[in-house]
Amino acid sequence: MSNDIWIYVDQDRSKIRNVSLELLSKVSELLATSGAPLSAVLLGRDVEPLVPVVASYGADWVYLVNDDTLEQYAVDREVSLLAQLIEQHQPAALLFGNTIKARALAPRLAQYLGLGLASDCVDITIGAEGSLLFKRPLYAGKIFEQVTSSVHPVLATVRLNSFVVGEPDTDRPFSVVRPTVTLAPPDLRVVVQEVVDRISKRPELEEADIIVSGGRGMGGAENFHLLEELADALGGVAVGASRAAVDSGWREQEYQIGQTGKAVSPTLYIACGISGAIQHLAGVNTSRIIVAINQDPKAAIVSIADYAIIGNLFEIIPQLIQEFKKLTSDN
Amino acid sequence: MDIVVCLKQTFDTEATISLDNEGKISGDGVKLIVNPYDECALEEALRLQEKHGGTVTIVSVGDERTQDALRSGLAMGADKAVLIRKDNLEEVDGWVTANLLAKALSSLPYHLVLTGRIAVDDGNAQVAARLAEALGIPFVDSITNLNIEGDQALAVYEGEGGAVKARVQLPAVFSAQKGLNEPRYPVMAGILKAKKKPLDVLEASELCTNSDDLRAKLQHVAYILPPERKVGRVLSGTPEEAVSELARALREDEKII
Repeated sequence: MSNDIWIYVDQDRSKIRNVSLELLSKVSELLATSGAPLSAVLLGRDVEPLVPVVASYGADWVYLVNDDTLEQYAVDREVSLLAQLIEQHQPAALLFGNTIKARALAPRLAQYLGLGLASDCVDITIGAEGSLLFKRPLYAGKIFEQVTSSVHPVLATVRLNSFVVGEPDTDRPFSVVRPTVTLAPPDLRVVVQEVVDRISKRPELEEADIIVSGGRGMGGAENFHLLEELADALGGVAVGASRAAVDSGWREQEYQIGQTGKAVSPTLYIACGISGAIQHLAGVNTSRIIVAINQDPKAAIVSIADYAIIGNLFEIIPQLIQEFKKLTSDN
Repeated sequence: MDIVVCLKQTFDTEATISLDNEGKISGDGVKLIVNPYDECALEEALRLQEKHGGTVTIVSVGDERTQDALRSGLAMGADKAVLIRKDNLEEVDGWVTANLLAKALSSLPYHLVLTGRIAVDDGNAQVAARLAEALGIPFVDSITNLNIEGDQALAVYEGEGGAVKARVQLPAVFSAQKGLNEPRYPVMAGILKAKKKPLDVLEASELCTNSDDLRAKLQHVAYILPPERKVGRVLSGTPEEAVSELARALREDEKII
């Protein structure tokens, strides 16, 4: 086994997901003192131009499988490719961003190779004996646990927005490895027939840097346009909802934030008319700044908020929209 | 159409989490429920059974108390339950759970395996995918719609950037997203019937004799309490004043906007 740490580069049509750059930045910083090598694993079609990009964010080695047949992503083929690379090179760890793709891929790979998988990690540190320690939420973030693995390599998925992307350095030296692999034909047991693009052009909640979110205090679906306008005033950020708003049918399930919805880690979370049930707070407590707009000064959300405005949100939100519009037009 | 539903007993989502004297998560006074996503999975199985016939078997890895979760699944309408007791295992991770379920499923009839997309306690979201890999069958994550046509399923699931409609060869494992359906409440007749339905109890170490299959690959190191959030500011004054102070603070102090 080597002490090499691998980052799976999550890309779609040659566009690298931000979380992969976050991981490269974070781990290269972690390894700066030990000098252990950091590698990027890049699989796909026409991905060769991405090699210098991942290197500039910290990869010393790039494992590259660039093949026309990889145009259409297939999870079982990806499992087979990664398993071959792991068996050939025996890294210490393989880390993924916790994307929809990785949520199906990483556990299948872990099971196939008999490996441990730490899911949805929010921090990575190096322990006394050089082992990787992963911090991950339990009960949606009501408490966290630290885990490690005695079996190598260890696999982990990391929550989006957990780390800051560093400055790329295009002068960093790097090497490319082109492994010899067998490309299995894709599994025909799952055939995609149609992809219905989301109409909303807003960022995904889990990836969003800023989220405005509404709860029972919004009073009805008809008032969510206020949040849409607020989100637009901030430059088209994401709009979420509490369980109360989703259960009332004001917003779709996929926008629910909390223990039975999505856990989010934005830089700024603006909670409008959300009282802050324990399940909701758990899903937002890794946000950097929380703003609460609520009429009840005793609401739980107010007690954890960095900034709170107490009052009628139907007065406050329109003013916030004006204020943010002013600020963003100054930029 | 024989269906297996894997369900887990979890703490109620209302529960606050604290550590006991031994530094373990305290279950004192905590109400136990069926993982909400697994409830959706069971509901879907029951609806498919109403349409296509066949059996619905629920399987859970747990301990003695998990019988309550299985009885409530039987009360909802499942035909049969299997409890795999893990009490004697030291650590249980996704690897161990998937191996146990795969072993139990090897002696059950199934065309379809349904479970929740994530458990609200450990948040691992890996057993469904691991189980599919162990069984060598397809896995479709986070479905919001499911229809059966012969030996194939038409599933809609959450993909990157939008909803994906796919045709899936059965048998396959599907994980339920909330919104797939509205789970039913058990009615009194169901609760009474549930008491007479078969509930088999298996011992993990007897079910799985390969010791590596029962050896967790991940080790717990420590619990960490959530970071204390620093004391915030309630912005006072008129709405105009509060809003303008908020915008200023977000820009100048926090450098966010």
